[in-house]
Amino acid sequence: MNEDENTLKKNGQGGAAVLTKPEAAGKRKQVFSEVMLSVRDLYVSFRTFGGEVQALRGVSFDLYKGETLAIVGESGCGKSVTANTIMGLIPEPAGRIKNGSVLFKGKDLTKLDKSKMRKVQGVDISMIFQDPMTALNPTLKIGEQLTEGLRTHQKVSIGEARKKAIKLLEVVGIPNPEERMKQYPHQFSGGMRQRIVIAIALICEPELLIADEPTTALDVTIQAQILELFEEIQERTGVSIILITHDLGVVAKIADRIAVMYAGKVIEIGTKREVFYTPQHPYTKGLLASVPRLDLKEEELQPIEGTPPDLFAPPIGCPFTARCPFAMEVCDRIYPGTTDISVTHAVDCWLQDERAKKLFD
Amino acid sequence: MTKKVILSVKNLKRYFDVGRGQKLKAVDGISFDIVRGETFGLVGESGCGKSTAGRTILGLYNKTDGEVLYEGQSIHDMTDNERHRFLKKMQMIFQDPYASLNPRSTVYEIIAEPMQIHGMYKTQEEMRARVNELLEDVGLNRDHANRYPHEFSGGQRQRIGIARSLALDPEFIIADEPISALDVSVQAQVVKLLQRLQREKGLTYLFIAHDLSMVKYISDRIGVMYLGHMVELTSSKQLYDKPLHPYTEALLSAIPIPDPDIEESRERILLKGELPSPINPPSGCVFRTRCPYAMEVCGELKPKWLEKEEGHFVACHLHDEETLKRTDAVREVVGSS
Ligand SMILES: Nc1ncnc2c1ncn2[C@@H]1O[C@H](COP(=O)(O)OP(=O)(O)O)[C@@H](O)[C@H]1O
Ligand SMILES: Nc1ncnc2c1ncn2[C@@H]1O[C@H](COP(=O)(O)OP(=O)(O)O)[C@@H](O)[C@H]1O
Ligand code: SF4
Ligand code: SF4
Ligand SMILES: [Mg+2]
Ligand SMILES: [Mg+2]
Repeated sequence: MNEDENTLKKNGQGGAAVLTKPEAAGKRKQVFSEVMLSVRDLYVSFRTFGGEVQALRGVSFDLYKGETLAIVGESGCGKSVTANTIMGLIPEPAGRIKNGSVLFKGKDLTKLDKSKMRKVQGVDISMIFQDPMTALNPTLKIGEQLTEGLRTHQKVSIGEARKKAIKLLEVVGIPNPEERMKQYPHQFSGGMRQRIVIAIALICEPELLIADEPTTALDVTIQAQILELFEEIQERTGVSIILITHDLGVVAKIADRIAVMYAGKVIEIGTKREVFYTPQHPYTKGLLASVPRLDLKEEELQPIEGTPPDLFAPPIGCPFTARCPFAMEVCDRIYPGTTDISVTHAVDCWLQDERAKKLFD
Repeated sequence: MTKKVILSVKNLKRYFDVGRGQKLKAVDGISFDIVRGETFGLVGESGCGKSTAGRTILGLYNKTDGEVLYEGQSIHDMTDNERHRFLKKMQMIFQDPYASLNPRSTVYEIIAEPMQIHGMYKTQEEMRARVNELLEDVGLNRDHANRYPHEFSGGQRQRIGIARSLALDPEFIIADEPISALDVSVQAQVVKLLQRLQREKGLTYLFIAHDLSMVKYISDRIGVMYLGHMVELTSSKQLYDKPLHPYTEALLSAIPIPDPDIEESRERILLKGELPSPINPPSGCVFRTRCPYAMEVCGELKPKWLEKEEGHFVACHLHDEETLKRTDAVREVVGSS
């Protein structure tokens, strides 16, 4: 992929609907080799009335240039806190990064001061949230919100910024962009607002886009349009994407790799195929079995019974012990180490231990 | 087993006044029957009128036109006494369990309240016993009774909402997106709970949702709504195997399937544009502004509600031989002039 290719091409505007057919399989199977972001051993806690919430308890992963990494897991497992830590959005003093680093272009983002971080936020890394309204200022015209970032961070002229904004609105599929620049957020539908938020996030041509449940609030037909847009943008700009979602269908469609989180830890990580077809962690397996499949006939849904542990006093051993059908005595007492299943696939589970394998054979 | 219609919705309309003499046609003439003991799924994207339909069926909203018959009786023409009795039989579960539970009441008070309103039990002991029984029915326990809603997870709160809806021993439950706000693994828990309660108590469900995968899983029959209209209705199996309406087809195609191989080789009908305003819906077929097959006739005539196969209804000119013939005629006239 050509990383200089920042020019985005115009969307095809045609009839009322288009039939899309994925190009030959393998299109997105390129090998990613250049690490662009390294998250290492992150511990993040929040002080609350009830005590200290240990939201992240040693999160590590790498992100490669040009890939889409999906982070999945039940609510409260730490997906948003992970994203917010990378973005420097942990609210202080209640929230605190207790340990670990976020390496981006040779810098540890957790050590940057506020003004340096603001520059990274505006230019290198952009974030999209679930609710587009929280990201938009209701009192400012769309045009102003689009050009603001360009003008403060890149000192571009008004005319130049406007041109770029109009072009980007076209790219994200907003009809009559020139007219729409003059309108306010409430004059757009939910799907259109999310497109605008995406345009704002892209205008400074970031290298990394973090999208936290970007389609959760949207309807499926609109979600399909937005996912298509993500793929298209990535193909054209080579932007890396961290996609947080709870929808495994969305993951199957656009992720390259998947990190599965549970109770503040990444418990399994691998390529999309490894995680879907040869999941190793009992939690990952449970998650996959609990989603209904539109394309299958009468299969039995298998919920994961119980709830995740309390993060005020997380278990010292494997946090899935209380819900795990395979739990052994050791699980409760000692956290399992990380086992590499392949170069790309790793899991934290005692079942990988040779002694356990014998036990279950 | 004979199938007995419990609820009959006939050409139901509900418009909202939105000022300047304008009307928002939230529900614009929908018809369907629900049979005792079944789960009827009502699907469609947000704003298509599902909640308004549910609320009008329960009588929380007046109807603009049409009829809702519960066991043959029009629910919008009941005396206070009849309505009081009707509300014991039909209950509603809401999407956001948190917003629908009073944060200052204990779980006990929340579940007991409808019993008190209806004077169900003479003594406190009887009532407490019943509340405890309900808590156990929904997978909670009696220790939870004295806690407050904020002390529970989303899935547990939905269980509390379900327990409350069961307090009066209803026979019919309208569940309005009861799992949309929950995690997938918890969704499966709640759906299994609803299914078990249905078996044990012989409940009938109107299950409203925008997530077709789960609706397919839980429903016997499904009605698909678009912009206040019902566009297709059939058994849940038939809907997925053989959808007739272009909107149903697009909706099914838009849902990502959690399987990379399938997802990557799938053809997808990508609808352009967004929902038109229900204040000013398109003439003729309301879907025509986004329909890949729209024809001239679609802007002129409202498609008829046709039963194409037994129990499989659709409203689309593509499936109406009569209008199709006429369209050809129209085209010929246009072409020859
Ligand atoms: N600002 C905060 N104050 C206190 N606790 C927080 C805060 N933000 C997140 N948490 C807690 O951290 C944990 C992880 O949250 P989050 O990352 O938002 O989960 P999710 O995976 O659903 O995005 C949860 O237990 C949550 O309650
Ligand atoms: N009380 C109301 N007053 C005015 N408009 C309403 C009201 N309730 C719903 N609507 C409108 O009616 C339409 C259908 O809404 P709703 O029934 O909530 O749809 P759904 O449940 O399918 O998302 C929407 O356009 C909505 O904005
Ligand atoms: S470590 Fe033990 S409890 Fe945890 S997932 Fe593996 S087998 Fe289950
Ligand atoms: S009636 Fe016409 S516009 Fe409507 S769904 Fe059928 S083909 Fe499409
Ligand atoms: Mg989150
Ligand atoms: Mg609704």
